[in-house]
Amino acid sequence: MTAGEGLMIAVPRGALFEGTLDLLDRLDIPTEEVRTNDRKLLFPEAGIVTMRPSDVPTYVEHGAADLGITGKDVLLEQPEHEVYELVDLGFGRCRMIVAGREDDSSTESLRRLGTVRVATKYPRIARRHFADTGRQAEIVEVKGSVEIAPLTGLVDSIVDLTASGRTLSENRLVVHEEIVECSARLIANPVSHKLKAGAIDALVARVRAVVPS
Amino acid sequence: MIHPIPAGTRDVLPDEMRELRALSERMRAVFDAAGYGEVRTPTMEYEEVLRRGDERAAGEGYRLFAEGGRVLVLRSDTTVPIARLVATRYPDAPTPIRLCYFSHAHRPVEPGRGTPAEFQQGGVELIGAGGAEGDAEVIALVLDALDAVGLGRHRVGVGDGSLFRNLMVGFGVPEDSRAELLAALSRRDLAGLEMLVSALNLSPVAREALVTLPTMRGGPEVLDRVSPTVRDALDNLRACHALLEERGAADRVIFDLGLVRELGYYTGVVFEIYDPAVGFALGGGGRYDELLGRFGRPLPACGFALDIQRVHTALMAEERLAQT
Repeated sequence: MTAGEGLMIAVPRGALFEGTLDLLDRLDIPTEEVRTNDRKLLFPEAGIVTMRPSDVPTYVEHGAADLGITGKDVLLEQPEHEVYELVDLGFGRCRMIVAGREDDSSTESLRRLGTVRVATKYPRIARRHFADTGRQAEIVEVKGSVEIAPLTGLVDSIVDLTASGRTLSENRLVVHEEIVECSARLIANPVSHKLKAGAIDALVARVRAVVPS
Repeated sequence: MIHPIPAGTRDVLPDEMRELRALSERMRAVFDAAGYGEVRTPTMEYEEVLRRGDERAAGEGYRLFAEGGRVLVLRSDTTVPIARLVATRYPDAPTPIRLCYFSHAHRPVEPGRGTPAEFQQGGVELIGAGGAEGDAEVIALVLDALDAVGLGRHRVGVGDGSLFRNLMVGFGVPEDSRAELLAALSRRDLAGLEMLVSALNLSPVAREALVTLPTMRGGPEVLDRVSPTVRDALDNLRACHALLEERGAADRVIFDLGLVRELGYYTGVVFEIYDPAVGFALGGGGRYDELLGRFGRPLPACGFALDIQRVHTALMAEERLAQT
């Protein structure tokens, strides 16, 4: 069985990969080859293409994939993509948070310097959150290991995704604010959603039957 | 030497220009044969005039300053200027008035978005013909125009912009929650919509209807699948379907009850055009029965605009598919 009627699904490699493959297994979409061959990216027989999670909205928006699975964090960080968000898949649950050192320097920075410095891999979510809460912030974009930014004095706070909070506590960082809860979402290309309505609705029904709501 | 041009703009060179020209000529011939005379309005309008038609269309455009500090806006769509034109130039001409245009419109781009700041649209406005009769004429015309261009697999998604709004009122969704629900729907964030709806204190029937209606799309059978509370609201779409059937265009129609278009002036039927070879809509339109009245000549109206460059992209994608 495949996703049905030639549907192509964009599958995220990375943190959501296992959860996504488990879901596809429960939908009887074959995943053995995807699991065993991590050099190959395109699996036409199964209707699967694998990629970085942050590329999923791009492929789906342009119709290179009809459907895709990606995190709500990715969708919030790239709101310009015109994709339909069909189902909250429930797995990959985590929180977008503002964190900093225990001896929080952000309040003093705000009071004395008028702005707080924030490091993040999610500059748009961070910018929007500080704007929405009426605070001026200087956003510093980093590509990885954002935890070290406050420890080295680069910034006062970080905006990042956390599931268990372990990385934060290992670096003696504490959560100061929660911005939004995130989880994996099933998204669709707007045109496919109309022109392949039958196949997509059938798949969504199968997804809903196996995803605890 | 390399000299930059503004973000979102582009040069068109002869090979592309030749094809764009040929494509618009074929569309123009179809519009002309159907009695739609071509008009051209100024690239810029007074802001206060556009604002009278649609707050958003005026608000999002590029601005310039004219004599005496009056604010000019580069038009961001052509429907509002045509409503202005009809009220001014045809104050008592017999209706219906049928007009078409091929013109550029401008919308400021968000950085990094890759969307054009300047785009060419080909469209029609049917003014003074109300109800399903007018809707069907306009929908059939857009399908014909794309046939003439050389597409063959295009479809039109048809919905009703007032449907979800009326549904929310009917089911007693609190007024301060409606905008949020509508925003989720127009983003097609169906997961978010479901969450918002279940947080409201509504009857199970209301909840079910608000969540499932936006997912209902397909042939005319969709119109019969809705709950009885909504069924009457679909009479116009049913009438429209019957008329399109007479015109032999009904098999090109996908009813899409969750379709909402972003422009604020639509009051009834809304539609979008798709081609299976590309992942984006080629254009769209709908009924705007209140716009002309804002300019002092109250008339029902319906129209559409196709993005010429997108139609061109779809045409090439179809040609490539046909070759493989």
